[in-house]
Amino acid sequence: MTRYLPPVVLVVLALLPLGLKDPYLLNALITGGIFTIGAISLNLLLGYTGQLSLGHIAFFGIGAYASALTALGFDVGLFGDVRVIHEGWHPFIGFLVAIVVSGFFGYVVGRLSFRVRGAYFVIVTICFAEVVRLVALNWIELTQGPLALTSIPQMKLGFPGLGELTLRTKVQNYYLMLGVATLAYLVVARLVHSRFGRAMRGLKENEQLAMSVGVNATKTLTVAATFSAAIAGAAGSLYAHYFRIIDPDVFLFAYTVTMVIMVVSGGKGALAGPVIGGLIFGTLPVALRPYMAPEAQWIVYGAVLILILFLMPRGIAPYVDDWFAARRARRAHGAAPAAKPQLEGQR
Amino acid sequence: MSDQPILSVEHVGVRFGGLVAISDLHFDVRPGEILSLIGPNGAGKTTAFNVVTGFLKPTTGEVRFKGASLAGLPPNRINRLGLARTFQRTSVFPDDTVLDNVLIGLHREDGGASLLDAIFNLPKERAGEAARRAKARELIEWVGLSARAEERAGSLSYGEQRLVGVALALATDPSMLLLDEPVSGMNASETKNFVRLIRSVRDKGVTILLVEHDMPMVMEVSDRIVVLNHGKLIADGTPAEIRADPAVIEAYLGKSAATREAEREAAHA
Amino acid sequence: MDQFLQHLVNAMVLGGAYALLGIGLTLIFGIMNVVNFTHGALYTFGAYAMYLASTALGMNFFLALPFAIVAGLALGALLELTLLRPLRGADIDTTMLVMIGAGIILQSGTLWIFGGVAKAIPSPFPDAPLQFAGVSISWLRLFVLLAAAALIALAYAMINGTRLGRAMRATFQDADTAALMGVNVRLIYTATFALGSSFAAAAGALLGPVYVVFPQMGDLAAVKAFAIVILGGLGSIAGATIGGFVLALAEEFGAGYVSSGYRDAMGFLIIIAVLLMKPTGLFARAERVG
Repeated sequence: MTRYLPPVVLVVLALLPLGLKDPYLLNALITGGIFTIGAISLNLLLGYTGQLSLGHIAFFGIGAYASALTALGFDVGLFGDVRVIHEGWHPFIGFLVAIVVSGFFGYVVGRLSFRVRGAYFVIVTICFAEVVRLVALNWIELTQGPLALTSIPQMKLGFPGLGELTLRTKVQNYYLMLGVATLAYLVVARLVHSRFGRAMRGLKENEQLAMSVGVNATKTLTVAATFSAAIAGAAGSLYAHYFRIIDPDVFLFAYTVTMVIMVVSGGKGALAGPVIGGLIFGTLPVALRPYMAPEAQWIVYGAVLILILFLMPRGIAPYVDDWFAARRARRAHGAAPAAKPQLEGQR
Repeated sequence: MSDQPILSVEHVGVRFGGLVAISDLHFDVRPGEILSLIGPNGAGKTTAFNVVTGFLKPTTGEVRFKGASLAGLPPNRINRLGLARTFQRTSVFPDDTVLDNVLIGLHREDGGASLLDAIFNLPKERAGEAARRAKARELIEWVGLSARAEERAGSLSYGEQRLVGVALALATDPSMLLLDEPVSGMNASETKNFVRLIRSVRDKGVTILLVEHDMPMVMEVSDRIVVLNHGKLIADGTPAEIRADPAVIEAYLGKSAATREAEREAAHA
Repeated sequence: MDQFLQHLVNAMVLGGAYALLGIGLTLIFGIMNVVNFTHGALYTFGAYAMYLASTALGMNFFLALPFAIVAGLALGALLELTLLRPLRGADIDTTMLVMIGAGIILQSGTLWIFGGVAKAIPSPFPDAPLQFAGVSISWLRLFVLLAAAALIALAYAMINGTRLGRAMRATFQDADTAALMGVNVRLIYTATFALGSSFAAAAGALLGPVYVVFPQMGDLAAVKAFAIVILGGLGSIAGATIGGFVLALAEEFGAGYVSSGYRDAMGFLIIIAVLLMKPTGLFARAERVG
């Protein structure tokens, strides 16, 4: 049963815009979906290698800036008289550049994880995100600093023989988000079920034992961090071309926290985890908005995070799995419940 | 038995701050033998294992495997050279099934498939995966755990987890296997089975170095025994020689003649 | 030269408050092995407690300071008893995430109650700065420096000279052994967290009047506290004190001579550099292998 759940969920999500015309709701779904892609990428690191990246928004933001700048073009002086001038390119190239650039930074951070693990890795990633934010804030020639990059072109998709489509409407952007999310889900699914994913799980469960059977910790974590960052970069690119404006606030810690909450509540180390968490926390702001201010919403987020860690530390997905497993078991032993009263009667 | 040694521990010393764990350890392991490293608690046996497998850097001396120095190599590289080990306490990946445990051990068997093959699930990757699964099943059957292949390794009994640990180590296709107290916590029949398993591993051409407290088991299975006390080697010989060695008796049973008698009887049993 | 001395004096003032922040975090991190993501929120809390006491409650400035510190102590004890005590034995990731949740609640709560507009805490000192050898320092900053120094001295005296301090040090060495020796480890954890929190609140209460008070002020303070702890080594109070002053010097001179925009980047760059060179921190004893 659980095997059929992902395609069913995908079909439901694909049909959703047909019955949903409220632009505010659609906007919330697109935004929530983009952060869910970020959460899917974070899950690869947190859920499968056990390394908590609390600077994950850096990869997202780098992707957003890389994509926007590739599409917009820029003209910056490096040192002396050396200037780099770039004319704007097709936004889809921006999307690809975002993946490559973010993936590169993920590679670098992955290499660092060789030296620092656990709490120190967490702190290094936070620092990395803050440094990147400060660069975005201060390198005004490139990023416009706090004035924000504006008029970022909308995403365009070329179809061979059919011409080009500029994604102007929310529905179009929704399908783009859903397509990228599905792709991200599949890449992560393939990766964690491959021998690379096994090496990751081995490291997470018992690092010494994993190393003793030949798992190269640095290489494995670097592969995971590179893919994780590249996917986060793709999400960042979607964000830039959908909102068409980005400023250094895209690197705020609160966004990382949003992704962490999605992963932890849904279930880290479960493929469905970030999707479940993303659906809940993507739509929760919509549900709460009529009743409370954003600050109060965040209080609810914090409380939900704590409650989940206390009550369901593994997240929701494993409980769904257990429920299906229990149901299967009940069906397999259909006669078992009937036998029980008999036993009591004999006593 | 005049072959080149497969493993040589050459004057290895390990100090933690002021504490001497191993002062000067020196012995060879010959290809194809079952060698046991024994000694009273705290003699430095597990420390020696950790040095050989790269988890600890020796303060002095070095370890050579098949003639090449292991100095500075991380554990995963040492494993790659053909030296595998099991652990005393945590011998499995507890949250994975027995099958997945062994598959983790087989993760390097790529069958020529790259990362991209894996992500796009290309034919090479599928063939590799099928081969890995077949090999994993074979290993699991060989250690006698086929019936439990789909169960969570953490839910198995102590003795069964040790068997998973051996299958996991063998999955890396080693030429030498280090077993760290493999039968502690096993009952008599499990131990008997395990001895048979060790022998059949050796018969496949894998050299075995064993650390164990269960003396009857050590005496039964070993070709040769080296005895460690206070971080130093005090004896080296066949089980019969070791049993009669006064220095060993002194080290083990120095205090009470009664325990000595008991041990002797146990050893003969 | 005067400029140099001026930067030095500014760095000393900042460094004192940073050291308090670092001492609080290093106690919690070192003794409890908890990565305390509420530390920044407690810093903010201290500043708001100071603001509330000296405005709405009409307290004297010199009374409001101890009030804020005690309030931090109480909030810390509350957090430990409700959130950390039930999670004893949980892995470090879980406690870290719970602390993030608590930090979000505290920060959003502050924003909700007080709004996002920055507040100023009235200072009882004359506005005219003290001039000395071409260097000027406001009376308020001088007070902050002296108060921070006094609190740091108090921390030393308490850790090294009291029974509580001895028990805390024993727990830091080895919680199990300490428990066997009759130390009430649960109580030590609560005391540690409460004390660590009170130091964060003290730092906020001291720097609040120098700058302004706003709900997000703790975000940067938290990362700086981590920088200080990493610089000084886990659980080392002396290390945290030195680390606090080193960070303040780096920021002050970095801002003065390199670029003011990257002032706050100094801490992060220090962390990254230190961890890459010596992952256990500059002043830490070598950790046991295993």
